[in-house]
Amino acid sequence: MGFFLEVLVGGLLAGVMYTMVALGFVLIYKASGVFNIAQGAMVLFAALTFVTLLEHGVAFVAALVASLAVMLALAVAIERLVLRHLVNAPPMALFLATLGISFILEGTAQLAYGTQVHGLELGVSDAPIAGLPIAISRFDVFAAVVAGALVAALGVFFRTTRAGVGLRAIADDPLAAVAVGLDVPRLWTIAWGGAGVVALVAGLLWGARVGVQFSLSLVVLKALPVLVIGGFSSIGGVIASGAIVGASEKLAEVYVGSHVGGGIETWFPYAMAIGFLLLRPTGLFGRPVVARV
Amino acid sequence: MTAARAFLEVRDVSLSFDGVRALDHVSLEVARGEVCAIIGPNGAGKSSLLNVVSGLYAPARGTLLFEGRPVHEARDLSRLGIARTFQNLALFRGMTVLENVALGDDFRARATLLEHALRTPRARREERRARLEARHVLALLGIADRAGDVVGRLPYGVQKRVELARALAARPKLLLLDEPMAGMTFDEKRDMCRFVMDARETLGTTLVLIEHDLGVVMDLSDHVVVLDHGRKIADGAPDAVRRDAAVVEAYVGRFAA
Repeated sequence: MGFFLEVLVGGLLAGVMYTMVALGFVLIYKASGVFNIAQGAMVLFAALTFVTLLEHGVAFVAALVASLAVMLALAVAIERLVLRHLVNAPPMALFLATLGISFILEGTAQLAYGTQVHGLELGVSDAPIAGLPIAISRFDVFAAVVAGALVAALGVFFRTTRAGVGLRAIADDPLAAVAVGLDVPRLWTIAWGGAGVVALVAGLLWGARVGVQFSLSLVVLKALPVLVIGGFSSIGGVIASGAIVGASEKLAEVYVGSHVGGGIETWFPYAMAIGFLLLRPTGLFGRPVVARV
Repeated sequence: MTAARAFLEVRDVSLSFDGVRALDHVSLEVARGEVCAIIGPNGAGKSSLLNVVSGLYAPARGTLLFEGRPVHEARDLSRLGIARTFQNLALFRGMTVLENVALGDDFRARATLLEHALRTPRARREERRARLEARHVLALLGIADRAGDVVGRLPYGVQKRVELARALAARPKLLLLDEPMAGMTFDEKRDMCRFVMDARETLGTTLVLIEHDLGVVMDLSDHVVVLDHGRKIADGAPDAVRRDAAVVEAYVGRFAA
């Protein structure tokens, strides 16, 4: 039982890391219907910027503030320079545009920061917390607390600020949002800025966990099943589905994988995602699209 | 009615969708303070006309003058003082009634995101004012008790009122209503008529509405415009339009009596 709990809790906490990446997608998708595959490259770019600043002797907090500024500027630039001009373009065009941005970002990051792998130390060890009956990583708990704070901040933003309420309105009915005179382009900019911030937080946590390297942009692939299961437009959904994906892949690996020689963890979430696509295409909490005919 | 003085002037507007002519050289003028009804058979171009006037469609040709100034983008409209409702409702369904209605007035708010994050006095003042205003409008329309309900779960008739409330919260000079009473029961229609006329009285709003119920149209309006196949076929006082031969023809059977 202790072992089961350990795997479960470890999985749930790993799921938090997936949710962090998925959140960036949801912010942009809700606001503009764009599936931003470049979110992974943004995570990489954020981590590389931060770690490079640190390695050049910039103080931790200063590096954090500078990276935040860089990510805000980058996200806003992507929205202004590319996506705003593709309003009303078909979804595939938008997707390909963000795929292009993804490669450009990775290439630019390589030019600017080089290709070597950087270690990133946030000051929290990945060792088990002492004195607990089961082994729980201190870093995992730290990551969960950071994620929780970020989600809480987003919750406050969406409930109480004009921009947050406006973004919910756009997500609900873009036509009505235009009709009541909401400044939709300004709200898109804010959503992208938010995705930039989320990318920074995800980049730091993932970078500290697996090292800051180019494969970091592949965390985007881990976010896909989370998005399919949670629904592309639901923050609550991706929180729940991140936990589900994290826990189930670890449990499957330990309890099923051991009988078939392992390797289940890497594809299990995708199998679940396909199951969801077949049985519940809108995800856990995504709203079905109802059209009046 | 000289052209320069008209409150709203639609001048020679044409609009096509993939070769189908939705509006064909339509011109009309609406005077300040009047109730103008746009009627016509299905597919006559009524909603298209309203969408052009509210900036959602850009006409292929023609111009639109509001208080003598040309109108371009939907986003500017609320600032100019134009609000509208939609035939099939365009509400923020996942949000509460109060949030929906408060958004009607959002374009007036000036506090930035940073001010909201820091809860500055201006941000709080604007928020309070918007909510107060929204509650006031809800009370006018008799749905104050629904303020906290999520819009998507309310009955259709109430949703129609919420949409009207959101438009009124903008305190518009010109209110465009696309079938405000469609699908309503007799009682609901009567209430809606009263709300619309009350709003006009208290706000001094000019009204342009599309309505199928000709009884309602004849009762409410000062001015009736008839469209058929994208063309204007009659324009005048309700009684004059009622007797117009072209209108009778467009409405054979329904109007002849």
